[in-house]
Amino acid sequence: MEATIEVSGARKRFGQTLALDGLTFSVRPGEVTGFLGPNGAGKSTTMRAILGLDALDEGTALVGGRRYPSLTRPLGHVGSLLDAGALQPSRSARNHLLWLAHSQGLGAARVDAVLALVGLDSAARRHAGGFSLGMRQRLGIAAAMLADPPILLLDEPFNGLDPDGFVWMRGFLRSLAAEGRAVLVSSHLMSELEGSATHVVVIGRGRLVTEATVAELIARASNGWVALRTSAREQAMAVLAGAGATVAVTGPDALTVQGMSGEQVAQALGAAAVPFAELSPHRASLEEAYMELTREAVEYRAQGVSAPTAGE
Amino acid sequence: MTDLDLARPAPTASYRSTLPPSRAGFAQLVHAELTKFRTVRGWSLGLVGAVVFMVLMSLSGGHNGGNCVNGVCSAGPSDPTYAPSGIPVTDGFYFVHQTLDGDGSITVRIAAMTDTLSPAGPHEPAPNPGAAETWGKAGIILKTSLTPGSAYAAVLATSGHGVRMQYDYTHDIAGSSAAATQDDPRWLRLTRSGEVITGYESADGSNWTELGTATLPGLGTSVQAGMFAASPEYSQNTQLLGGLESSAYNSTASARMDHVALQGDWPQGAWTGTAFDYGTGSYAADSGDGTDADTAYVVSGSGDIAPEAGLQDTSQIAESGAFLALIVLTVLATQFVTAEFKHRLLGPTMAASPRRGRLLAAKSLVVGTAAFTVGLVASAIAVPLFDRMWPAGALYKVGALTEARVVLGISLLLAVFAVLAVAVGVIVRRSAVVITTVLVLAVLPYLLAVGSLLPGGAADWLLRVTPAAGFAIAQTIPVYPQVDGIYQPWGGYYPLAPWAGFAVLCAYAALALGAAWLVLRRRDVTA
Repeated sequence: MEATIEVSGARKRFGQTLALDGLTFSVRPGEVTGFLGPNGAGKSTTMRAILGLDALDEGTALVGGRRYPSLTRPLGHVGSLLDAGALQPSRSARNHLLWLAHSQGLGAARVDAVLALVGLDSAARRHAGGFSLGMRQRLGIAAAMLADPPILLLDEPFNGLDPDGFVWMRGFLRSLAAEGRAVLVSSHLMSELEGSATHVVVIGRGRLVTEATVAELIARASNGWVALRTSAREQAMAVLAGAGATVAVTGPDALTVQGMSGEQVAQALGAAAVPFAELSPHRASLEEAYMELTREAVEYRAQGVSAPTAGE
Repeated sequence: MTDLDLARPAPTASYRSTLPPSRAGFAQLVHAELTKFRTVRGWSLGLVGAVVFMVLMSLSGGHNGGNCVNGVCSAGPSDPTYAPSGIPVTDGFYFVHQTLDGDGSITVRIAAMTDTLSPAGPHEPAPNPGAAETWGKAGIILKTSLTPGSAYAAVLATSGHGVRMQYDYTHDIAGSSAAATQDDPRWLRLTRSGEVITGYESADGSNWTELGTATLPGLGTSVQAGMFAASPEYSQNTQLLGGLESSAYNSTASARMDHVALQGDWPQGAWTGTAFDYGTGSYAADSGDGTDADTAYVVSGSGDIAPEAGLQDTSQIAESGAFLALIVLTVLATQFVTAEFKHRLLGPTMAASPRRGRLLAAKSLVVGTAAFTVGLVASAIAVPLFDRMWPAGALYKVGALTEARVVLGISLLLAVFAVLAVAVGVIVRRSAVVITTVLVLAVLPYLLAVGSLLPGGAADWLLRVTPAAGFAIAQTIPVYPQVDGIYQPWGGYYPLAPWAGFAVLCAYAALALGAAWLVLRRRDVTA
C-alpha cells in the first residue's frame, strides 16, 4: 500500500457548526507533514474522519487510496494517536497494548518491542491511570507503532512532553519519515514542529489555508528580508528591483531586500555579475509566518462568531 | 511569493513493514475483547464473586419450600413420597379395604356425597361464603400394596368435577358430570382381569359405561381393594396491598356407599379401615338386614391421591442462586461497555476494528460467554454440594434431563441478560442508567411477581411480557388439571413454558442488539 493520505472536499457539520468546509490536502511518504491550525480549525475532526470514526457529510478521506473502514488489518496500514488519555486507568500499559495487539493478530513479543521503542519498558506493568501526560503520549506512540504501519496520524503528540521528550519525539518522527512512512502530525504551535516537519498543511475554519514545504512557508512570509553587503550598491539595487524585490538602503554598503529569498538574491546578483560581500537572510520566524497565515482565521474567531470546537 | 518554486524532494518509496503477516478478523477481535475483560482486575474478581454468590445463595436458599408456616420457612427435608414412575406424589386418604387375590370386581353405589371445610388453625378466619373444595374424592380403589406411593386405579365421584377414573397419580379420565346424589346416584365398578384393570360407571347398576383401562406396575396376585375418601387441603388466598394472605382449611369428603359387591374370585371378607399415610378419616357401617348388598358404608376422609404439584426441588437451587449472580453480571457487563465511553476507548477500539457490527458481536460474545461460564461453574460446584447436604430422597430430585435443562437454561439466562446489558450499554452509555434499566426490566418484574406483591393476574402478565419471562427456563412444575396446585408465580410456577419464556427474553435481547447496532453504526464516535 502506498503511504499516502488524501483528503478531498471534506465537509462535516456538527449541529450549527461547520467543522470542515471543503478541506483538501494530501500527505506523501517520506515526509513529516505538520498539520497546523488554531484550536478549533478542524484538525482533530479531519483525523477522526480519516480513521472513519466521524462520518464525512461530503468528500472523501483516503489512506493509500482506500477508505479506512475497508482495511482488513487497519493498524498494519495506519497507526494513530488521537487521544493520549484514552486509557482504562486500571489496566497496565502493557495490557493496554496487548488487547490492541491481539486485535491485529499480534502477540506479546511485539508489545514488548514497541514498549522498548518508546522507552516505556520499565513502566510497562504500571497502571496507565497513573501515567503523566508525557508517558501517555509515549504509550500512544507505542500503540500507533504496534503493527508497524506505513502511515501515522498523530494528534498533538508534543503536548505534555518534557524537553527530553521533545528532542526524542522530533528525532523519532524524522526517523519514521526517513524510513519512507507518511507522518501527519497535528499541532496548534508551529514551534513544536520546527526541526521535524518538512512539509506543512495549514488549515483554518475547516478550510485549507496553505499546503507547502517549511522553506516555502518561511520564504512566503511577507516580513522576511535579506541583508546584503555589497560594494556595488547601486548596481545591486537596480538588479534586485528589476527582479521584483523591494530594496532599501541601510548604510553605505548595506541593503535590505524584501520579497526574495537569499538564494534568489544570490542567483540574481550572480547572473548580473554584481559582486557582494555578505548575504544574510533574516527569516521571519516560522511562528511569525504561521501567525500571518492564520490571522484571518483567528480574527474571525475573535469577533465572536461561533467557532468549531468539537473534538479539540 | 516568488515564481521561483523551491523544489520538493522527490517522493520517497513507501515504507514496507518487515513484521510477519497477521490477520485481524473476527477471531482476533474476540481475543482482543477477551483480553480487555481479563486485564481489568475488578472485572475478573467480579466474575469470581458472581460464582461465589451463586453457590452460597444456592446452598442457603435452595430449599425453602414445604416447611413454611405463615411465611416463615425453615430448611428441612420434605421427604416426598414417590410413585413407581419416579414422580413425587401425595398418597393420603381414608381406606376401607381387604386383601383380594386373583381376578374379580368390586361395585358400589354412591347416593350422597359432601365436602366440608374447617379452619386448619385457631387463627384462621372462617372461609368465604360459597368456598368449597371441588376435588374431594370418594369411590372405589385398587392398590398394589399398602405402601404409600404404590400404584393404584380408582373410580370415584368428586365434589365438583363429576365421576372420574384415575390411576397412577397422573392419569385422569372424565366420566359423567353427575354429582352422585340421592336423586342421581352413581354406580362405580372396578374389574381386575389379569394385568388389566377396567373402570365403569352406571346410573342404574345395570347399564354400564366403560371409563378406561389401566395396567399397573408392580401388580401381584394380591391387591388391596375397597372404598376410600379423601379431600385435599383448601387454601384461600387474599391479595392484600404488598403481599398475599393465604389461609388453609382442612376439607373432608364424606360419601355414603351402598350395594357394595365383590364378584369373581374375590370372596366376601371383613373390611378394615385405615388412615393411609398422612390421610385421616373414619368409616361407619350401617347394616340393614345383615346382607352385604344392603349394608351402607359412610366413609369420610381428608388427604389426596395425586401428583405433588408445588414441591420445591433440587432444580431450584440453580434458580435462587442465579438471581444474585444476575445482578452482579449485569453490573459487570454494563461496566465493560460503558467504561469504553467513559474513558474514550471507543476511538482506539474502532480504529483497530472499524466494522462496528462485528465489534458489538464480539463484545456480546465475550460477555455472554463469561456469564454462561459463571452459571455452569457455579452449578458444577453447587449441585454436588447440595446433593451432599441432603440425604438421598430427602428432596425431590428432578430427572437428569430436567436438571440439565435447568442448569444449562439458567446459564443461558445469565448470558442473555449480560448481552442485554451490553446492548443497552451501547445505546445509553451511562452505567447508572444502564444498570437501572436492565434491573427494572428484569429483576423488578421478577420480584413483584414471585414475591407475591401483585395479584396473580398481573404477576402472570409480568412474567409473560417482560424479560423476566426468561426465568421460566427454571420451571420444573408440571401442570395437572386434576390437582389444585398453586399455579402462580409466587408458588414457583411460571405462566410460560420454559423455552417459550426464554424466547421472550431472547427477543428483548435481539431487539436491543438491533437498536444498539443501528446506533453504533450511525453515531460518530465522538458525538
